[in-house]
Amino acid sequence: MLGYTITQWLFGILSFLAIMFALMVVFTRNPVNSVLYLVLTFFCIAGHYLLLNAQFLAIVHIVVYAGAIMVLFLFIIMLMNLDADTEPQKHIGTRFIAGIVGGVLLFVMVGALRGAEQIQLVQTGSSQIGLVKNLGKVLFSEFLFPFEIASILLLAALVGAIMIGKRDTNINSKETTNS
Amino acid sequence: MLNGIPINFYIMLSAVIFIIGVIGVMARRNAIIIFMCIELMLNAVNLLLVAFSTLHNDPSGQVFVFFIMAVAAAEVAVGLAILSMVYRNFKSIDIDLLSRLKN
Repeated sequence: MLGYTITQWLFGILSFLAIMFALMVVFTRNPVNSVLYLVLTFFCIAGHYLLLNAQFLAIVHIVVYAGAIMVLFLFIIMLMNLDADTEPQKHIGTRFIAGIVGGVLLFVMVGALRGAEQIQLVQTGSSQIGLVKNLGKVLFSEFLFPFEIASILLLAALVGAIMIGKRDTNINSKETTNS
Repeated sequence: MLNGIPINFYIMLSAVIFIIGVIGVMARRNAIIIFMCIELMLNAVNLLLVAFSTLHNDPSGQVFVFFIMAVAAAEVAVGLAILSMVYRNFKSIDIDLLSRLKN
């Protein structure tokens, strides 16, 4: 097919879709549509992980990001009753400057990468390190201590989210009695 | 039929997605959209880590991506709790209004 292999076609299509959906995340006015486009972007990135033979990370990515985090975003947005009509817009000049700054940053990155190293090929589809068995062995032998720290981090985030999010009645009543 | 893809393509793709996230952070005023653009930047870095992990045939990169996902989940939980608290007090999540830090 035009001199390209199936892997290269898949890479091109997934990259194009990921970049298009990422652009739609930024340039859609309605926040709910923005969240849905971000979910589609995450599915494209999960496809990239599958292409790189990282099956475990692809599944975890879909479950954690598209399944848990984006549902949380969608839930909060619907709770706040945000819409395209209530969406605040920056001045056109500020957005223009943001685009210019991003373009210059991209130009610097691409310029820095040009000719930095001779091209190395990523051997997609042949490596075995992304499978659950091999990754689990590394995770529970070499990275056991960071894994436990991550569990403490998640517990702290859980407690913190509940403490921040709950309606704080004590402080308000104390202030009113003082005054 | 399975052939390699140059690592430069992955670097370019990650750079483009990262910069879309940067532009979103600078160009939008809705705090939740800014949060989502930060997630986009994290994902660009994750993709590059997985690509290099496959290139060097080293599972440490993929374990690192796993930890980044855990940290991102914790960050989103706390951040959205703060945002819902802010919305309860200000009835808005426009960051230009919130930049005063005082009512």
